[in-house]
Amino acid sequence: MLRLQKLTKTYKTGDQALKAIDLEVPKGQVLALIGPSGAGKSTMIRCVNRLVEPTSGGVLLDDVDLTKLGSGALRKARREMGMIFQEYALVERLTVMENVLSGRLGYLGFWRSFLRRYPQSDVDEAFRLLDRVGLLHMADKRADELSGGQRQRVGICRALIQNPKLLLVDEPTASLDPKTSRQIMRLITELCQERGLAAIINIHDVALAQMFVPRVVGLRFGEIVYDGLPTGLTPEKLTEIYGEEDWEATIEKVDEDEDVEAAE
Amino acid sequence: MPILERDDAQIWRRRTTGQSLVRWFGWLLGVAIFVYCWQLISKSTTWFFVWDAPRIANDIWTRATPPKWGYITQLGRPIWDTLNIATLGTIIALFLAVPVAFLAARNTTPSALFIRPIALLVIVSTRSINSLIWALLLIAIIGPGVFAGVIAIAIRSIGFCAKLLYEAIEEIDHTQVEAITATGASRWQVMAYGIVPQILPAFAGIAVFRWDINIRESTVLGLVGAGGIGLQLSASLNVLAWPQVSLILIVILVAVMISEWVSAKVRGAII
Repeated sequence: MLRLQKLTKTYKTGDQALKAIDLEVPKGQVLALIGPSGAGKSTMIRCVNRLVEPTSGGVLLDDVDLTKLGSGALRKARREMGMIFQEYALVERLTVMENVLSGRLGYLGFWRSFLRRYPQSDVDEAFRLLDRVGLLHMADKRADELSGGQRQRVGICRALIQNPKLLLVDEPTASLDPKTSRQIMRLITELCQERGLAAIINIHDVALAQMFVPRVVGLRFGEIVYDGLPTGLTPEKLTEIYGEEDWEATIEKVDEDEDVEAAE
Repeated sequence: MPILERDDAQIWRRRTTGQSLVRWFGWLLGVAIFVYCWQLISKSTTWFFVWDAPRIANDIWTRATPPKWGYITQLGRPIWDTLNIATLGTIIALFLAVPVAFLAARNTTPSALFIRPIALLVIVSTRSINSLIWALLLIAIIGPGVFAGVIAIAIRSIGFCAKLLYEAIEEIDHTQVEAITATGASRWQVMAYGIVPQILPAFAGIAVFRWDINIRESTVLGLVGAGGIGLQLSASLNVLAWPQVSLILIVILVAVMISEWVSAKVRGAII
């Protein structure tokens, strides 16, 4: 469904963030993108919806090359891709409901959105989503009154109300505590399953990725150095991705974590 | 930050010897210039007037007190004009400053090469000329009266408001803008949802702050004939009616205090 073809990004400073990335994501598959800071993970998902303009190569979403679209067509294409951010990126001074409904902006004219006159169907869907993530009672609160985990749930609702085919998720758990991180990851993967969504999840925490995701892609210096099952991440592979370190503890932790999960 | 090795110990000094010498010499030069200037000023001062000053001040003080309280009946209308000049001028300035600020901010300007310099020029040129001078110019163009005062205040305030506002726009959190863009929102929607909510507190703060300043500025506009309480002030000064002058100054003081109180309350409520 999503295909990256020789996707390359060179920043003005001359840094090559992505070096001819080829990647295919089938419909409904959730994959985790791991790699050290500066490996190009964020750049890659931002190149998909062109928050960052790729230098060359193609991004094919259902056989439409997003890199060739004009601004109007790009807006339509962006509606198909929901995005979730590390620091939640909610508009702090708007209410939870407004934040969720802002996911529908791509479908609405300026004045209707400015006057907050959303179609009833959108409002119904917003309430349904908030109920699904357990934040229905918070609908009228301002976004900056929420805790980190709650904000990320609102961020998820905003992405899902777009009715996307694909989720682009940038470090969803990096600002959250371990327990909330798990809940958020579980929520994202569950929702993807319910709706048959594909997702690319950037994530620092290897153990967390291994717990929730069926496919892991490892990025190093803008190149894919690993693509396979989470169980295939041996210490040698992790060394190849991140560099020399004692990896045994990281991998062992997975089993312990699952025990904790079961106990909860 | 030099570190000297001496007897196995590492001695840390804030500056190297050279840097200290340069600084010492700089201070010496500064003091020398100050003393020289003091002499120049002293030479061209008529010291008789300076020694005389306390006596004259005392003389004016006795003439000005007590204020002529009955005169207050004639001040209601002028102070109302002054308030209106400040308020209307601020509102007009804000309407004009918002687009200028968006054109001047690096992250929202349509063209950093052509439009941004023009917007910055508007900001600098309106800011650099005092409202009293604007009033003088405008009185020549549109004639004396309150309207000239309103326009003078408005023009003077554009640059001030636009500068503070564009700095606020440049400091917004970019990820919120990214998030709205990623939903497929149009340029204007990104502005309304991603940018405007973030700068609204700054905008309100700037508006009341400038209104507060404008009340003070508009009290003197009358001195050049642009309406408001300054007209009464200059008329009273011209006929040396000191008790009236002191009453006018008290009225201005009260008006400014009220405006400061209001703006402090409003800013407190927003932030």
